[in-house]
Amino acid sequence: MALTRRSCNLLKPLTTPISYIPSIHRPFSTDDAKITVETSVPFIGHKCEPPPRTIETTPKELMTFFRDMAKMRRMEIAADSLYKSKLIRGFCHLYDGQEAVAVGMEAAITKKDCIITAYRDHCIFLGRGGTLLEAFAELMGRKDGCSKGKGGSMHFYKKEAGFYGGHGIVGAQVPLGCGLAFAQKYSKEEHVSFAMYGDGAANQGQLFEALNMAALWDLPAIFVCENNHYGMGTAEWRAAKSPAYYKRGDYVPGLKVDGMDVFAVKQACKYAKEHALKNGPIILEMDTYRYHGHSMSDPGSTYRTRDEISGVRQERDPIERIRKLIVSHELATEKELKDIEKEMRKEVDEAIKQAKESPMPDPSELFTNVYAKGFGVEAYGADRKEVKAVLP
Amino acid sequence: MWGIVRRRFISNLRTQIQSVVYASGFYSSSAKQMTVRDALNSALDEEMAADPTVFLMGEEVGEYQGAYKITRGLLDKYGPDRVLDTPITEAGFTGIAVGAAYHGLKPVVEFMTINFAMQAIDHIINSAAKSNYMSASQISVPIVFRGPNGAAAGVGAQHSQCYAPWYGSCPGLKVLVPYSSEDARGLLKAAIRDPDPVVFLENELLYGESFPVSAAVLDSSFCLPIGKAKTEREGKDVTITAFSKMVGLALEAAEILEKDGISAEVINLRSIRPLDRAAINTSVRKTNRLVTVEEGFPQHGVGAEICTSVIEDSFEYLDATIERIAGADVCMPYAANLERMAVPQVEDIVRAAKRTCYISV
Repeated sequence: MALTRRSCNLLKPLTTPISYIPSIHRPFSTDDAKITVETSVPFIGHKCEPPPRTIETTPKELMTFFRDMAKMRRMEIAADSLYKSKLIRGFCHLYDGQEAVAVGMEAAITKKDCIITAYRDHCIFLGRGGTLLEAFAELMGRKDGCSKGKGGSMHFYKKEAGFYGGHGIVGAQVPLGCGLAFAQKYSKEEHVSFAMYGDGAANQGQLFEALNMAALWDLPAIFVCENNHYGMGTAEWRAAKSPAYYKRGDYVPGLKVDGMDVFAVKQACKYAKEHALKNGPIILEMDTYRYHGHSMSDPGSTYRTRDEISGVRQERDPIERIRKLIVSHELATEKELKDIEKEMRKEVDEAIKQAKESPMPDPSELFTNVYAKGFGVEAYGADRKEVKAVLP
Repeated sequence: MWGIVRRRFISNLRTQIQSVVYASGFYSSSAKQMTVRDALNSALDEEMAADPTVFLMGEEVGEYQGAYKITRGLLDKYGPDRVLDTPITEAGFTGIAVGAAYHGLKPVVEFMTINFAMQAIDHIINSAAKSNYMSASQISVPIVFRGPNGAAAGVGAQHSQCYAPWYGSCPGLKVLVPYSSEDARGLLKAAIRDPDPVVFLENELLYGESFPVSAAVLDSSFCLPIGKAKTEREGKDVTITAFSKMVGLALEAAEILEKDGISAEVINLRSIRPLDRAAINTSVRKTNRLVTVEEGFPQHGVGAEICTSVIEDSFEYLDATIERIAGADVCMPYAANLERMAVPQVEDIVRAAKRTCYISV
């Protein structure tokens, strides 16, 4: 897909705006009045009938989407600063720009459905119910982190909410996700698993191995390709002979979705869940974009132009899309939305402050969690005569 | 404790029956014989009957009854939902099995040989072994990876490697190496019940061998502890450690050494990780001499770890240098005479034991 530059005055909101008149302004609406919206572009199906692009929503949902995406955006930007001040070490892969995928998916499913993703996992973790404190503490390697500081940025988990990580090996999470679906089917749960991966991982052989078995055994597995068009520094056209990732399933149906439109994502995930429970696997290709580079070690501008990045930010930003919808439906004013963003900023700052006060893990934690059941075996430190522990 | 061995010698005029004392009870001289194959099969059967979350996955485990017939009859008994024939896609099905374990099932994954597990080794190490640690115990992985390991007969270089040292070095994994039918039953049951990932290294040439099994071993609740070695034969002059098929050779070597006045203690490791350092060191402190035996490549092998462990913990007790018998440092050749040279033989173990006793060979 080509990211063409269109000038700003061609950008239209999704519905005709009513000009703002203070006297008929309503305060925040939390009622469930029905609002009809259309996705930015129609869905494109591969071996399936795409869902309609007209969707019903409510003021409450719109406000929740705005709030959740604003929180995620703020978290990632704050993580950028923390990394630059060396409070976060190692790898840090940021998700800003892709928030609509995390938020739209959550809106379509329950916490009994499972999600597994790769290393760009901070916002998915938040969407699954993780707290800002758990996220920041984990990033900084403190004991209040979601993995007690022992995982780091790439290894966030929240099993009780159906979030299975957080994986560092590109592509490995896809067969694992099919395994989650296998277990759900085996236990006769009526739930599905979403295995998320990027356009870079889409070429992995194990993905096709897992796809074959998922189709063979009718597993309720949904393959979600978050196509942000770059596998680290390699553009999709340089890595894939066929970048139509939603078609790569061949015998498995697929859907191409505007991943910057939270309603399109929600509609697609709802459709996919119904499909997977009846007919087995389906592939969703989310056309999305990351503003940051691949990770904090990558400026992200050596393999793409700054114009491209700012162009997408201006024309397709998921938060801006919702902002315009909210304002045009008079659910809140610009100022009120700015206040929400300020509130999210405050929440993030507060969480960072708390996370900074969280201590590092106790040295004894070096030897915990090696096994679920250790039999009192001995484990050794670097100098085995000096540091020794018994595994519980 | 005396080990119990009843061996069938191909061209033997006499059989030796050694009496046995089990911790649990008495030994009847007319104990039932069971092949390792049947031991593994019965263990799988019983664990699947006891726990509905246990399921099998692998190539040919179902309709073919198992490439080595280890899973014979289980498809008929438990159905295709619990005994799954997979396509020839190790990376994919191992990943699926690990994901199923994340979500609370207990998969037993069969690799047709452990050589093929290399295609899936990322899932064994990175997805299974490390998950409990990285998630601070949120995600435990109760999975068993099993299959024949090491040399068979005439199968060539790509089908003959021993992976005990590789898996044995990884924190988060447990690695078990059964020898007898009792080992096979007890350790496989323990592995399936264990909440951590277990690599269960069998041996193709042992599948058809019979061993006596007592009533206690045949009971469905029978289980062996993970991480404990077994003294198969007591002795006082030299300790010989071995695992899997090599235990049989070590016992034969001990018989030969006995005639030459050397009393060898044979330790069946049973567990590579955790390694029973206490048992090994206790034995060496008694005998003052050690020969390690393994089938795999010598460099960075199991013997290297045992040797270092003994030097660290029992240096003053050693009366001779530690001898290491291992496979030859070459790819496994096909020609029968070369293959024989590439794998330890009984004479090698005897010679090494005599060297530790400063007896000329």
